[in-house]
Amino acid sequence: MAPTTELATPPAAATAAGRRFDLARYRDLSLLPVLLVLGVIGFAVSPAFLTSDNLLGVGQQATELSLLVLGEALILISGRMDLSLESTIGVAPVIAVWLVLPDHGARFNGIGLFPSWSAIPLCLAVGALIGAINGFLILKLRLNGFIVTLGALTLLRGLQVAISQGQSIVNLPGSFSYLGSASWLGAPAAIWICALLFTLGGAALAWLRHGRALYAIGGNPEAARAAGIRVDRITWTVLILGGVLAAFAGILYTGHYGSISADQGNGWIFQVFAATVIGGVSLNGGRGTLFGALTGVLTLQLVVNVMTLAGVPPLWNQFLNGAIIIIALIISRFASGEKQE
Amino acid sequence: MADSSPIRGPVVEADGISKRFGATVALRDARISVAPGESHALVGRNGAGKSTLVSILTGLQNADTGTLRFNGDPAPAPGDTEAWRSRVACVYQRSTVIGALTVAENLFLDRQSARALRPISWRQLRLRAAELLAEYGVDVDPSTRAEELTVEQRQFVEIARALSFGARFIILDEPTAKLDARGIERLFAKLRELQRQGVAFLFISHHLQEVYDLCDTVTVYRDARHILTAPVAELDQHELVEAMTGETSRGAEPSWSTTGGTRAAGDVLLKVTDLDLPGAYQGVSLTARAGEVVGLAGAAASGNVQLGETLAGLHRPKAGTITVADRPVRPGRVPAALAAGIGFVPEDRHLQGLIPQRSVAENATLTVTDQLGPFGTVLPSRTREFAQRMITGLDIKTPGPATPVSALSGGNQQKVVIARALATQPHVLVAIRPTNGVDIKSKESLLGTIREVADSGRSAVIVSDELDDLRACDRVVAMFHGRVVAQFPSGWSDEQLVAAMEGMAGTTDTKEDHGPHH
Repeated sequence: MAPTTELATPPAAATAAGRRFDLARYRDLSLLPVLLVLGVIGFAVSPAFLTSDNLLGVGQQATELSLLVLGEALILISGRMDLSLESTIGVAPVIAVWLVLPDHGARFNGIGLFPSWSAIPLCLAVGALIGAINGFLILKLRLNGFIVTLGALTLLRGLQVAISQGQSIVNLPGSFSYLGSASWLGAPAAIWICALLFTLGGAALAWLRHGRALYAIGGNPEAARAAGIRVDRITWTVLILGGVLAAFAGILYTGHYGSISADQGNGWIFQVFAATVIGGVSLNGGRGTLFGALTGVLTLQLVVNVMTLAGVPPLWNQFLNGAIIIIALIISRFASGEKQE
Repeated sequence: MADSSPIRGPVVEADGISKRFGATVALRDARISVAPGESHALVGRNGAGKSTLVSILTGLQNADTGTLRFNGDPAPAPGDTEAWRSRVACVYQRSTVIGALTVAENLFLDRQSARALRPISWRQLRLRAAELLAEYGVDVDPSTRAEELTVEQRQFVEIARALSFGARFIILDEPTAKLDARGIERLFAKLRELQRQGVAFLFISHHLQEVYDLCDTVTVYRDARHILTAPVAELDQHELVEAMTGETSRGAEPSWSTTGGTRAAGDVLLKVTDLDLPGAYQGVSLTARAGEVVGLAGAAASGNVQLGETLAGLHRPKAGTITVADRPVRPGRVPAALAAGIGFVPEDRHLQGLIPQRSVAENATLTVTDQLGPFGTVLPSRTREFAQRMITGLDIKTPGPATPVSALSGGNQQKVVIARALATQPHVLVAIRPTNGVDIKSKESLLGTIREVADSGRSAVIVSDELDDLRACDRVVAMFHGRVVAQFPSGWSDEQLVAAMEGMAGTTDTKEDHGPHH
């Protein structure tokens, strides 16, 4: 393109220096030793720990949370946050089921507007709609994202209670409960699906331009705009994607437990944030990987599992969850050497 | 698009450009024209319309009237980013690299792969980046993360990125503001090299000396108008300042100039003995007498800024003592330094100096809230009164004490910072780069203010690497690599001081043996 003239610096000088070891680059792996230690402790306290039944159980329990974490990690990397995910996981299935169930003959009556096979697409559409509305309020009206999604969290939870009349819904369309309860190749289908989604997401973040754009937007939105990235459009897409993933987590959760409970997902957002942040995703945007976020989820789940196996009464779970969040934060703070503002 | 083709007129030509924002006229019938391979300076005081012109030239804003042509062709349609970027690039004062990403990725942001769905080949990206950097002689490893770069390397990366879009015209908006003397030299060397390759520059700076060092042609804007365009060689510094300020300048010496170094020195107010801060400076001793302005000169890594900050209590030295008026100051504590009578003007007013959304009054009285009312209360009336005294005393141009400080011009913001430092009635005023990023007129008035502090029987320490700042001092102490290497009474020549700051050999014995130079 441009004319090359003889220059003082030899071309290869810059690359020849080689790659120095950069600890901060491996921040996403800082929970791996923690997971290893947890595994050893689990093995020591109970022979039941290292059985496939137990591990698959932990895996299945982690799936719903991990999908929320997947969505939240994408949103956080692009420099935003969405608190309403924990309500979407409950309200999206309720609305979908309400739209397809017949209007008579059961404890919970819907309005029978759509055929029952459409429950899953409807549920995902509701999730997308919630993300789109959040995006509209945040990006078009320029409202504060934290407060908007905090409002949405409360509003959607209220909507779920109002539609479901505060009760659990047990008469579900067959298609709706399949994914959460089925088993493929000896493992719950939910685990396969989660693994697939994390792989796809991780690959997109690592090797696609639009994936890399999330890091640019989260790191410095002005610079991203100057580089020609459509900042608002991509952020909006990410918020919608987050809503869809939360709705999908709702489907898995519903199938797993065979009903939509009235407080499905209630209070999860704290765990979602905790898992994402201890997994190395920055709350300020622009940093972190999906793999790191996944190790965050697994850490939280394994702690509870090991404690249960060790005979610690479940009443201590909440305390332990809080403790492990703070400890993991301290570990990753010093493992990476980066301040977490 | 090789540039060996015959020259086809100016790379950019703007004529009759007007732009208004509401009631404010930002540009009135302005024009500029830059020839290929030319290095063109655009100077003017704050509010002269420079930034508006830049945003029009880069396609961020549309002019209300006027024509804009690149290489003789009309400007691309607004919003056609691709086309704009191939004609003009801008390196802004604020960084547009993304710290968490590597240099390679920053260079090819949003074009890491050929198509959106084609996976990125990281190895190839690094190779392309290395090639690009080598083409422009930028010595940076493409796999470093951008946040690890120095300011200077970051600018080189931004320039290389700008050139990679095919633009042969680059706007540099205050590129030297955050560089030390040596970094500026390397930047200029690079720019001259690119100029030889046919790249044209529009160089915006508050430092007139840099304009003379680098540029062929200078254009002056004042009050949203074009004032003059002339070859730099035909315009001496006084004519240039006159064109910028619209006033006849008062002759060779600015009002604050020291009177030949014959000032009667008073008692020692500040005494620093054998101060040691590992990693910054070692064994530094320093005195400042009443009525004296002492310059603490040094390049970026010389430790002079850290020494200034230590005086203000921001660092705790490992060894050594600081006394103010014969009373020792407890080191490493800001309240102790304030109580001992050290006023402090920090290096970066945006980061360490001001709370931008709060009012001028609040910002100016932040250090003296204990004097604003009984029992720990802060009375609004007393705050206003106090601030009003400061505004009058320092001639701060503000609509009133209640105006948010962010609405003020850079020079006046800096005055608010100085006002705050003076609010405690300090014995010693320590000011780090007090004229950083302010225009030439404010610069004079800021240095004049510091001079007045000394004249009122106190003493002042100016920590800076800018010769203009140091010229206002009675005595200049030069630091290099954490040690005091030389001391000059006023009347030093630029070469002597720069040589000392750059650690050139043979400067250690220059102590006190240079007569007035001018």
